[in-house]
Amino acid sequence: MSYSCGRKTAVFLLTILMALGGSLLKAQDDTIKVGILHSLSGTMAISETTLKDAILLLIDEQNKKGGLLGRKLEAVVVDPASDWPMFAEKARDLLTRDKVAVVFGCWTSVSRKSVLPVFEELNGLLFYPVQYEGQESSKNVIYTGAAPNQQAIPAVDYLLGEGNKRFVLVGTDYVFPRTANKIVEAYLLKNGIVQEDIVTYYTPFSHSDWQSIVADIKRFGGTGQKTAVISTINGDANVPFYKELAAQNISSSDIPVMAFSVGEEELSGVDTKPLTGHLAAWNYFQSVENGANAEFIKKWREFIKNEKRVTNDPMEASYIGFNLWAKAVEKAKTADVDAVLKALVGLSVPNLSGGTATLLPNHHLTKPVLIGEIEDNGQFQIVWSTEKEVPGDAWSDFLPESADLISDWTDPVNCGNYNEKTKTCLGAGKSGEPTESPAAPADEKN
Amino acid sequence: MRRSLSVLLFFTIGLLAFPADTQAAAGRGAVSSEVMESLKSSRVADRDTAISLLGQDRSPLAGQLLEGLRRGRLFIDRDRDRLYLENDGYVLLWPPDGEDNHGEPVNLKKVGTNNRQRQTLEGLLSLSALNDPLAENRRKASAALIGSSIALPEEIINLLAAEDDRTVRDNLVRILALSSLKDSSASAAEKLAALDELSRLYTPAAQNDLTGLAASGDPVLSPAARKVLAFMEARAQHLALAETFFFGASLGSVLVLAAIGLAITFGVMGVINMAHGEMVMLGAYTVWFMQTLIPEYPGLALILSLPTAFLVSGAVGGIIELSVIKPLYQRPLETLLATFGISLILQQAVRKLISPMNVAVVTPTFMSGQWAVTPNFSLTQGRVIIILFCLAVFLAVYLVLQKTRLGLEVRAVTQNRSMARALGIQAPRADTLTFALGSGVAGLAGVAVSQLTNVGPNLGQDYIVDSFMVVVFGGVGNLWGTLSGGLIIGLCNKFLEPVNGAMLARITIMAGIIIFIQRRPKGLFPPRGRVAAV
Repeated sequence: MSYSCGRKTAVFLLTILMALGGSLLKAQDDTIKVGILHSLSGTMAISETTLKDAILLLIDEQNKKGGLLGRKLEAVVVDPASDWPMFAEKARDLLTRDKVAVVFGCWTSVSRKSVLPVFEELNGLLFYPVQYEGQESSKNVIYTGAAPNQQAIPAVDYLLGEGNKRFVLVGTDYVFPRTANKIVEAYLLKNGIVQEDIVTYYTPFSHSDWQSIVADIKRFGGTGQKTAVISTINGDANVPFYKELAAQNISSSDIPVMAFSVGEEELSGVDTKPLTGHLAAWNYFQSVENGANAEFIKKWREFIKNEKRVTNDPMEASYIGFNLWAKAVEKAKTADVDAVLKALVGLSVPNLSGGTATLLPNHHLTKPVLIGEIEDNGQFQIVWSTEKEVPGDAWSDFLPESADLISDWTDPVNCGNYNEKTKTCLGAGKSGEPTESPAAPADEKN
Repeated sequence: MRRSLSVLLFFTIGLLAFPADTQAAAGRGAVSSEVMESLKSSRVADRDTAISLLGQDRSPLAGQLLEGLRRGRLFIDRDRDRLYLENDGYVLLWPPDGEDNHGEPVNLKKVGTNNRQRQTLEGLLSLSALNDPLAENRRKASAALIGSSIALPEEIINLLAAEDDRTVRDNLVRILALSSLKDSSASAAEKLAALDELSRLYTPAAQNDLTGLAASGDPVLSPAARKVLAFMEARAQHLALAETFFFGASLGSVLVLAAIGLAITFGVMGVINMAHGEMVMLGAYTVWFMQTLIPEYPGLALILSLPTAFLVSGAVGGIIELSVIKPLYQRPLETLLATFGISLILQQAVRKLISPMNVAVVTPTFMSGQWAVTPNFSLTQGRVIIILFCLAVFLAVYLVLQKTRLGLEVRAVTQNRSMARALGIQAPRADTLTFALGSGVAGLAGVAVSQLTNVGPNLGQDYIVDSFMVVVFGGVGNLWGTLSGGLIIGLCNKFLEPVNGAMLARITIMAGIIIFIQRRPKGLFPPRGRVAAV
């Protein structure tokens, strides 16, 4: 009896030991999970599928080099299906169920705004790769796309330098164009353009009948002064817009259109004839002549098994974001979010246009700004670029409500919307607009 | 002067017409080192020097270089200072003769220009084209020069003396008037004469200078300028009104096209077909497919797409009717859900089989360009064709329903199904054919739409709501209702747009339709008599 009892205990102990050993062993070759939160179906699939593939390529490359901290990276791909509330749901899944160390994801500003509270509540880490309207800074988000001062403002500078005197702002009616246009308008007024020479149009999503607006632009631009269009038209509405411009005989040398959302990927699916000569402002073009870029394009085409696939700006932003994160993990020697966030600020990695991208304390990057003209092969001829990288500014200096705000996620400030004048932090969820934050402390002089 | 310009022009034309060897003659001009450096630079902005130097140089070579620059056909070998023109292969332009003139071009880079530079180039080339023997070319060139400051007044006066075409003369007068308005050294009498010309010739490009002059406070000039401005505003308003009518009709015709198919399936048969938009999408993809088959002739492919799209969408519609809708007749809610499912399946199928991205559909030349009704008012050719196409499709569908055996059967079945069957009509067969016809017409709409907007998996979604709106507004079951409903919505939309913006215009239209449907539930043309009672 006692013998059998002892044997039972031994077996029990052995089982426990094995279980412990097993879990220890398992922890050894455990992977670091990387979440990918891009729409693979629905209206945004057209743009976001590419970014999912780009991150998969980067993970693949990193694993070929042995992963990070001796652990392999494992991609967790989810499909939020272009549905904004679903983005928040899937983000919660990634952070709580899959326990990913980092998430690369989102495209539209609405989707980012939808996941923001989730990342802040669960202390996750999101790399956001698309140019956006600014006026936001979160401790848990790294903005690798352009802020307005890294796209809109230099683009306006270029147009002013080319002698344009009248401006038409056309956009799709949602948060990015509205905010970007507000900033652009304030900047134009500051540069001596009078209000009568600026006109703004907003259209619904996927607007396809541009006849009246284009006729108006033609009339507005035909008064003997050089006129340019600044377009924040989103997605599918672009092609009919350019087609209508061509149909009404407006060429890019009469009235050039400067676009903030038209890139190589968008051009690969259209007849480029009506677009030739029009402009786009980005931080990267596939046509940049540079060794790192050539290598990335080659790897991308091998990975996607398509010799004609193009690269674009948000892909480069994903590339920078991924490399920054990898470098930060190695520096922090852990994939833990707080440690990585601490390690991230101040890190530099090479970008694809021959310079370096440095992460600033406001969680934005330094980026060069390039202006390109669309060529008939769907690529861009670079006609202008900034001398060096421009530091991203989360809060626009050209809007009165955010002029005094800065973002600094390092000690001692550690605040996303710090008012330099009043020396106060407005706190989470508050923008600089007084209407939205009536509780903001009054101007006290210390 | 005029002769030298003609020579330049002759060479420019000659360059395109003759092979390389005949042009290799020396003495056509020379490329200075300054110009060469400016063309070699990798910075586009540095091209300004070359353009201004070549613009002053009136040699044939300079003309060729300018033309090549404007068309983006000029290539440079930066290591060996050689310039080539791309025109079915590379033609050496500079140096004129060397030891290895006929060596293969290597390491060529396109000499890029930006928009502002191309505008200057356009002006320079238009200036030389003012000597073109063809009046049509002179008209184009003179119109392009209005508002640009490239032409010198003396040159224009000389040209004016020799010109006999009325349109060109008017344009030249406009150019002269504009330059004397801009010229601060021009006397008041000269300016007054310019204003006098402008009060006769509608010239929008003068608006800015006129506004300045009107605000100048000059006792004579400023009232005169104000008068001219008033004349131009009145004219502009007339033109805008005519334009708005055309735009409205054009938008309406697209709505009608998209809705006719639905008017048959939903209006006549009573099937709520949520996959209607996808039938339109299939038609648009047919155009893409045909253009990939014969890439050399996009126009022919577009025309061939008409019957093909009709057959493809019609066949898919027929299959859907037989497999999904037939078992669900008299169950509208289930039909709605089932067809909605089909719409999602078709969209995702296109994403998987073709690409989640949009595909490129080429606009052939006969669908682009403008058709000038008067010198100041022109219509977009593609839109005119689509309006005509819409009317043709409407007429064809109307005739099929009114004049053919199928139409008779369809009308009989929809009016009284059991009576029609008692008379020996095969109702199920009529149903399938009608649904296929409606889907086929949606495919035709897709062909038209492919010329206006993106062709992608989401295309159908953009048209489904509008189509239902038109059919319900026009009155379910009435083709005339669909036609007038679509046109009314299109016109209202375009007249509202300038007033309160595209966004609010759409909302206003929706609100208007809701109110209208509440007051008149049966739409514009309610069914009357016995049919209404069934």
